[in-house]
Parts: sequence; structure tokens; C-alpha cells
Amino acid sequence: MTAQSNGEVVLNLSGITKTFGPLIANDAISFSLKQGEVIALLGENGAGKTTLMNILFGHYVADSGTVTAFGKELPKGDPQAALDARIGMVHQHFTLADNMTVLDNIALGTQKLFWPSFDRAKARQRIVSHAEDFGLSVNPDALIADLSVGERQRVEILKALYRDARILILDEPTAVLTPHETDALFRTLKMLVAKGLSIIFISHKLQEVMAVSDRVLVLRGGKLVGEERTAETDRKALAGLMVGEEIKPPQISEPQTGKTVFRLENVSAKGVGTGADLHDIFLDLKAGEITGLAGVSGNGQAALAALISGTLSPTKGRIHINGETIGSWSPRHALAHKIGRIPEDRHAVGMIGDMSVTENVVSERYLSNRFSKMGFLNWGAARRFAESIIHDFDVKCPSPEARVRLLSGGNMQKLILGRAFDGDPQMILASQPTRGLDVGAVSYVHAQLLKARARGAAILLISEDLDEVMTLADQIVVMSKGRLSAPSRRGARTIADLGTLMAGHGFESASNTAPKEPDHAA
Amino acid sequence: MRLEPKPAPSMAVTLLYPAMAILATFVIAAILVMIAGAAPLQVFGLVIKGAVGSQFALVETLTRATPLIFTGLAIAVAFRAKLWNIGAEAQLYAGAVMTIILGTGAIAAPAGILIPIIIVGAMTAGALLLLGPAILKTRFGVDEVVTTLLLNFIFLLFVSLLLEGPLKDPMGLGWPQSERVVAEARLPRIIQGKRLHYGFILAIFSAIAVWLIMAKSVLGYEMRAVGHNPEAARFAGIPVNRVLVKTALLSGGLAALAGVSEVAGLKGNLTLDISPGYGYTGIVVAMLALLNPLGVVISAIFVAGIFVGADAMSRSAGVPSYISDVMVATALLSMVTAIMLTRFRIRWR
Amino acid sequence: MLLDAFDILLTTGFWVAAIRIASPLIFATMGELICERAGVLNLGIEGIMTVGAFTGWFTVYAGGDLWTGVMVAALCGAMFGLLHGFLTVPLGLSQHVTGIGITLLATSLTYFTYRVALSESTSPPKIEPFQPYPVPGLSEIPFLGETLFMQTPLTYLAFITVGLVAWVLYRTPLGLAVRAAGENPVAVEAQGISVTAIRVGAVMVGSALMAIGGAFLTMSAFNSFFFEMINGRGWICIALVVFGSWRPGKALLGAILFAAFDAYQVRLQQVTGGVIPYQIFLMLPYILSIVALIVVARRASYPKALMVPYQKGER
Repeated sequence: MTAQSNGEVVLNLSGITKTFGPLIANDAISFSLKQGEVIALLGENGAGKTTLMNILFGHYVADSGTVTAFGKELPKGDPQAALDARIGMVHQHFTLADNMTVLDNIALGTQKLFWPSFDRAKARQRIVSHAEDFGLSVNPDALIADLSVGERQRVEILKALYRDARILILDEPTAVLTPHETDALFRTLKMLVAKGLSIIFISHKLQEVMAVSDRVLVLRGGKLVGEERTAETDRKALAGLMVGEEIKPPQISEPQTGKTVFRLENVSAKGVGTGADLHDIFLDLKAGEITGLAGVSGNGQAALAALISGTLSPTKGRIHINGETIGSWSPRHALAHKIGRIPEDRHAVGMIGDMSVTENVVSERYLSNRFSKMGFLNWGAARRFAESIIHDFDVKCPSPEARVRLLSGGNMQKLILGRAFDGDPQMILASQPTRGLDVGAVSYVHAQLLKARARGAAILLISEDLDEVMTLADQIVVMSKGRLSAPSRRGARTIADLGTLMAGHGFESASNTAPKEPDHAA
Repeated sequence: MRLEPKPAPSMAVTLLYPAMAILATFVIAAILVMIAGAAPLQVFGLVIKGAVGSQFALVETLTRATPLIFTGLAIAVAFRAKLWNIGAEAQLYAGAVMTIILGTGAIAAPAGILIPIIIVGAMTAGALLLLGPAILKTRFGVDEVVTTLLLNFIFLLFVSLLLEGPLKDPMGLGWPQSERVVAEARLPRIIQGKRLHYGFILAIFSAIAVWLIMAKSVLGYEMRAVGHNPEAARFAGIPVNRVLVKTALLSGGLAALAGVSEVAGLKGNLTLDISPGYGYTGIVVAMLALLNPLGVVISAIFVAGIFVGADAMSRSAGVPSYISDVMVATALLSMVTAIMLTRFRIRWR
Repeated sequence: MLLDAFDILLTTGFWVAAIRIASPLIFATMGELICERAGVLNLGIEGIMTVGAFTGWFTVYAGGDLWTGVMVAALCGAMFGLLHGFLTVPLGLSQHVTGIGITLLATSLTYFTYRVALSESTSPPKIEPFQPYPVPGLSEIPFLGETLFMQTPLTYLAFITVGLVAWVLYRTPLGLAVRAAGENPVAVEAQGISVTAIRVGAVMVGSALMAIGGAFLTMSAFNSFFFEMINGRGWICIALVVFGSWRPGKALLGAILFAAFDAYQVRLQQVTGGVIPYQIFLMLPYILSIVALIVVARRASYPKALMVPYQKGER
């Protein structure tokens, strides 16, 4: 996509350094972006990509270093300055107000704040014309809450274009898209570059980086460790730069498939948050197998995870555990049936940030004889339990009394694993277990899941990362609009097949065949 | 400006900021005293003398602290679970009304039986009064702040109705006041001839009991978990709504004990002014104690000292006694700021 | 007697009183609505109304004219709003605890100042309050003219305020920013607007309106300042905001309905002539508020970021 580049430097970062306490998030990072160019900023979680972009956008102030856009140095810590310099950003987590219209979201802050009227007609006309120019069709009067994830991303891009952005930064833009939507996004990016915009594309996915960029910058541990022309490098070389040491892909043995541990039969349930409702779900989880659930977020995964966790009750259908039909259902029932649960959001749901490590690890079983008698807690036993998890799961924390809020994401996840895996659960629900973790922590989580599989646990892995699902899962199901596809064994469906399912096609037959599925394993 | 979490603060820091908060309170009070045309140091001297300067003053301060310990405990318990009970005032009156109903001759029993009956009855009344808002919160999502606040007004009118109707003292010369409780229902004086009564001892025991519950018991653990993060608590299998209801019962019961103590211990009968806002001041007491039940005893004595001292000072120095209310409110705001500063540091850029 | 109870509704006196009782509630409800629309619960309302009631009245008592009194009340209210905003927005303190603290502080500071300023007087001094001002032409409409257009200027201002608040919230870029701050502050910051400035500003303006609501009591409804004269009106306004689903028009309707009910119970008391204890009637407004909360709570679409503190760069 280099046709439009005329070599003029539009953005220059020089010597950006930022520390948080002892952590060096960015270490003297310098690079420049030319007009009409697509730079990929490649790096693992925690490599410092997001911090760098937050500095560029004035949300953080760098300890040292300067940002120059179109020859002018940007003042520090001023989000307005970046916008004025015609830099637009599409955040990974959309910055949209759900209860407001597309028009309101886009026009917010673009007109004089203290002005007695808001020129809606002008805003609408401008949105429509930009949408036509760049092929980003949206209805300006639609509520954000009613839009799909792909449409919301289009609104984010329109927001930047509406402000005449000449430089567009996209932070992990494909993380939430289906393969088809990703292709559409790439076509949009091509069109933007053709119109003379410059783009920084932040990602940790190598094939996407190779597909869209002219140049690749690799960040690792806060440092810029490599800068390559995309045409002159390959995935292997970039992977080496990105990770530093070679991480061996997990060794996956043949599954020792056992009996069905957990079964959902014709289950429906209300959606969680803005996610889809569940419709007529059939799901079989067998001992010694990892079942991977792929899908774009918001399609009912959260509801399914909540249902299995016990925080949501089905409105229809039955839950069977080891062949028994379950009557009442709650987190306590789930725990009593030895279901270990790793929630999607470890900060908001998994752990209580303001309580200690000890208090957090006993939260699922403080009523057992082991930790309490006659309504009083045995803090000594609780502390010993915390110490054993800290030791067994290699958690880095000052003491069992430390508040969990102060732990890194990876260490918090290890605590959750320690809590969930205590007493060798017969089934494990792992909901987005590696989201936001760095490479080391990711491989640790994968290893733990495989260990549990080896000892015969039935595992459901819900992930938006298709690679992760395809690597780990013995059988794969796809979720779309609250419906679940029929399962397929490892390797039986291609990425394209899965993508079609993720986009919601080919489900009509799936629901009907699903009930028959259990027979072949029985 | 942004806030960054601090690593576990040292003991010194944990105490330094609250100490600065108290200091700030006195500085602001000094400015007001000067505006009122008096000398701050002299006025503070008079306040301290009036609060602890004599045996009479000390007894008076402890007597005034007694209801504040109960309401402070009620708030500390509720706020721990983030149940915003602003209705301790009404719950106090519920306890007081129950004391009159049970203690004016309806039950003939020796003190050893009658007093426990009154205590249990009053705690039940207070608990039930907070049960309503708690259920409205858990079932219907109605904010308990507004319902408990409004209940204060409703219940006070109800008490007024009772005092002009069924509970009116026939010998009261038309004043809205109740009959006096029987001798067996009175909490005895600790020192003969002084106002300090066994309600104070009951308050101390209550504080210890609440501390045990909060620090050592399953319920206390559940309450803290629900207060810090209800969603995570629910995920872990803690029955959030049931815990909130239990918290409400405990909190309402504790606040009701303030009513028992004031009626059976101090006043002997019920009037519409037995509480000059002890329910609201309990919020300050609890926050000053950082919601620690044992700390509540100390902060209640501190706050009571300011009230008693300011009353005495006001008579001699002419500075309005409302200075004590200002100080208490200032202390609350500076204390919550101080707690925040012990846990976060402010980065200006 | 039943007929009498119904006849009340047909008298102009009743509706004149209802509009008068509604006026302070309208101001304060609009104030709270602005705060909550920006994402900040302001439980300082009861105390801020007390401050407004005192400072407005005192300014006039000290020789200022009536409109200066209104301005001073608004300014003092805004100062307490600034304090509440500073503690809850950039410092992110609990909006519940801070709000209660503001009410305690504002109330006690007012009483202290009253005693310092007027130590010698035992009965509260009186001022010459706002007088009814018949709007030329409109006041001659039968019934409607008498009830709506023979009120004091402050009542007219209350109604104008509702229109103004609705206009700003829904028709101006600033209102858009305020609403967005209450829905998703991240969206506001991403568009280069300071959430802190928007929220603190909204709390200050809202608090100024609450103070004017308080001032109405001492400068229009009555003519002097009494202790505890706000008497829970602030808390009722918080219920009215919920009842009005955070919309100015609906909240106005709620305030008028509520005031009509309040005016009605006073008259009903006289009609029933002491058969039912007067306390029951006095309780009704508070009970009605709770009932209103229960009725609407289930389907209330509250601002999504209400009571959620926002920290810059946190996402």
C-alpha cells in the first residue's frame, strides 16, 4: 500500500521514556511516520504499546521525550492537542456512549462548547458525506447500543475522519472482529491510505501485520527492539524479535476422552450486559478434553460463562452433571459439583482488589470445615492455603496479606488458577483466560489447562483468539447471536469455515443436529 | 491530575494523614472562632476543659458518647458492606419506642429478665425498620440512601403521633412525652449520683462483639467482600443479597440500642428530642474510626468531647455551640480525604 | 365530607399554593438533575438548600436588594458545589459519604453564621419578600391566569429554568458533553474534553440552582429564616429526579404533582377536622416519595456512569 507515500514525515516520536514506579513502560522510543504509510507497531501485551499511544494522545505525560506532528511539537498531557494536530485514534475498547446516537457520539466536542445551539443538520450532512467517501455506511440516528461490534468500529473511524484526521492510530482493531469484518477493515484502511492518510496499526498478530503494513516496529519490554520493512522480513523473524526468547508451542498429546461430565440440553437464558441472549444451547463437555468456543464477543459468550459459573439461571432447558439433572443452580452449586471457574474479567469479577491475597483465595470455600468452624474463620488455615498457592503457582507477591489490586494481571490470573484448581475440579470453565497477559503468563496458563486436561478434567475454553482455540481445543464450537454450532473435531473446520460460522451463517442445520451429537461418544 | 494506587502504606502513614485531617479541622474551627470574635486558643482551652477538665466533664462526655458508640457501630457495620444506612436516627427512635412499650409496666419482671427482653425487643424493632429499605434495595434496586433518609422524617412523625396518642403520659400536663419506665427497666448508674449508666458498658461490649464479628466471623468476611466488590463476591458464591439483609438487621439493631440506652439509661422517658441527630453524627463517628468497631469507641468519645466541651465553652465565651457541628462535619470530609491519600498518591501530570 | 375533599381541587387557592410549593422543588430538582446527568450524585442538596435559604435572606436583611440576594445564594451554593465536585470528581471520594458530609457542613456552618450574625435577636427578623407579579395580559385568563401568572418572579424563574435546562441539555454542544459525561466519561475524554471540568462545572451549576431553591423559601414563600426549614425537601428532590427519569420535563411534572399533593393534604387536614392525626398527613409526602421510587426504579434508565468515578487514562 505504499503508492501514496511521498516520504514527508508527518509524525515523529523522539526519546519517549515513561516509568510507573520501578516499571519502565517506555524506554527512549523514537520513530517517525511518513505520509501515506502504514506502520505496524508489534509487541506482546505489556510491551508498552498502549502506554506509548496514551502519551501520544496526552492521556499520560512522558518523563522525557517529544512528540512532533506535521513539524509542530505537541504540548504534553493535552488530549485536545493531539486532536487539533489531526491525529485520530481508534481504541481497542471503544470510547462510545451506548445510550446516545451515532451522530451525538461523533459530533461530541467538535462544536464550540459554549454555543447556544448545536448544528445537528450540518453534523449529519458531514457524517453522511464522509461515510460515502470512505465506504463506511452507518445510520447517524442509530443508538450505539443497537450496533454490532463491526459497526461500532466504523463509528470510531468516522469519529476520527470527521475531525479531519490525517494520522489514524488503530489499537488492536481486529481483536473483536470476525475474519470477514477484518477483511472489510483492511479494505477500508487501503482506501484511507489511498486518500493520503498515514496509519499506525497496533497488533500482536503477525499475519495481520504482514498483510497491511509497509514497515514494522517491534516493541519488547518497553524498548524498540526492531524496525523492518515488511517486504524484507517474514513472520518467523518478527516473532523472534517480538518475544525475544523462543517460546515453544505447547506439546499437545492425543486426548484421553472420557465420559460426558457436563451437558447443557436445550438451554436458553437472558443475555448479560449488552451481550446476546442464549437460544436452545446443546453442549457436551467430556472428561480429558478441551472444548474451544470461538466467536466474536457480545454473541452470548458472557451469558454462557455466567450460566456455567452459576451466576445466571437458565430460563429453559436442563443442566446435567455426570448424567444427573440439576435442580437449583448458583455459584455454590457449581462449586459443589467441582466446577473450577476462571472468569473473563479478573479485576471486576475474579478478584476483590481491595482485599488481601488470603481473603481472595478462600472466597469460594470459606464455609468448608477447612476454613471455618461455628461461623468463625480460621485465618491460620486460610493463610497457609494462600501460601501454598503462591508457592505452587509461582505468584509474585510480597505476602499473603498484600492487597490483590497491587498485583500484575499475570499474577492475579495465577491466583485465580490456584483458587479454581484447588481440589482437582472435574470440570473447568476458562473464559478468556489469557486476555491481556504477556507471553510468559499466556504459556503458563496454557500449560496449566493442558495439565488439567491430562488428569482428566473436562475443560471449556472460551476465547476470542481463534489461534488459541485452534491450538488448544480438541473440539471446537462456534457461538453467534446466542446460538451454538455443532461441534467439530480438531482440524475438521478451516479458519474460513469457522469465520463463516462466527458471522452467523450455517446455523440453521446446526441446532437440529446437535442433540444427536452425544450418541457417538457414548 | 490522576490517582495512582500506593503499595501497602506503612503504619506511620496510615496514622499521619488522619492526624493531619484532625489538625485541619481545628485550623478551620480556629478561623471560625476568630470570625465570631474570640481567641481560638482560649476557646479551644475552654472546649478541652469543658470536655475532660473535671470529673463532671468527663462523666458528661462519656454519657454523651454512649449513644454515639451505638450509632457509630451501626454505621460502621453497614458502610463496610456499602449499605448506605443514613436512617440510624429513625432506628434509634424505634429502639426508644420499644423500650417504652415494654418497659412501662406491660411486663412485670425483675431487672435481670426485663432488661434483656427490652434489648432484644428494641433491636428487633430497629432491625425491622432497616429491613424495608434493604429489601427495596435488593429486590427493586431502590437506592437506600433516599429511603432511609425519608424514613427518618416518617418515623419521627410516627413517634410524635404515638406521644400525642397511645403512648402519651396522662400525667404529662399535655406535653408530648411518654410515661417513665419502671425501675426494673432502668439501666443502673455506674457511679452513684452521676449520669453515667450501664448503657456505656453495654456500648463497650457491643463494640468488642462487633469487632469480633467483623474480623473473625464468616459474616464479617462476607460483609467486607460484598462491600468491596459485590460482583466478585457473587461470582465466588457469596449470597450478596442475603448478606445485605443480615447487615441491615445488625446495623438497625445496633442503632436501636442507642434508643434503649438513652431512654432506659439516661432520660427515663421518651420525648421527641432524645436525639439531637445522633443517627447522623454516627456517620461521622464511624468514618473517623475508619469503620473500625474498636476505633468507634475512641472517635465517639472524641466527638462527644467536642459537643460537651463546645456547650460549656459556648456558655462562657459566647461562640455559638454550633461550632461543634461544623467541626464534626469538617472532620468527616477531611478524614475521607485523608483515607484516600493513604491509599493513593496524586500525580499532578 | 367526601364532596368537600373533592371541591378542594377546584379552588384556585389550592392551585396557587401548589405552584408556590412546587417552585423551590423545581429549582432544586433541576439542580440535582444536572449533577446526576453529568454522573455525580449530590447528597449535599439538603445542606446547600439551607445555605441558599440563609444567604439569600441575609443579604436582603443586610440591605441588599432581592435579586442580589438570589445571586449571593446561587454563588454560595456554587461554592459548596465546588467542594463536593472537587472531592468526588478528581479525588474520586464516595459520593454518598461526601454528599452527607457536605449537608452536615453546610447546615452547621449556616446555623453557626446565623448565631454569630444575629446573636442578639431571639425571634427571626423579617424581610420584605418578593411580591406576586401579575403577568400583564396572561394573568387575566380565568383560572389559569390566577394560578400560573399571579405568582412571584422567582416562580416564573423556576419555570424558565426548566426550559433552559432542557434546552442546554438537549440542544447545545455543552449539554451533549454533560450527558456524555454521565453516560461514558471515556467518550468525552477521547474527544478532547475534560471530564473533570464538565463534571465539576455541572455540580457547581446544579448546586447554585439548589441554593436558589432554598432562597425561594425565605425570600418568596416566607419572609424569614428558621432552623430546619428545609425539612427533607432536598431528599424529596432526589426522589423526584428518579421519578422524572432524569428528564427535565418529567421532573417538572413530578414536582408539580408532588406539590399539589402536599397542598392537598394540608387542606384535607382542615376538612377532616382532626379525625385523622395530623402526623399522618405530614407523613404522606415522604411516603409518596418512597412509593414513587419503587414504582419507577425497575424501569428507570439512569445515566450509566452515575456514581462511577472517572480517572484519566484508565480504560
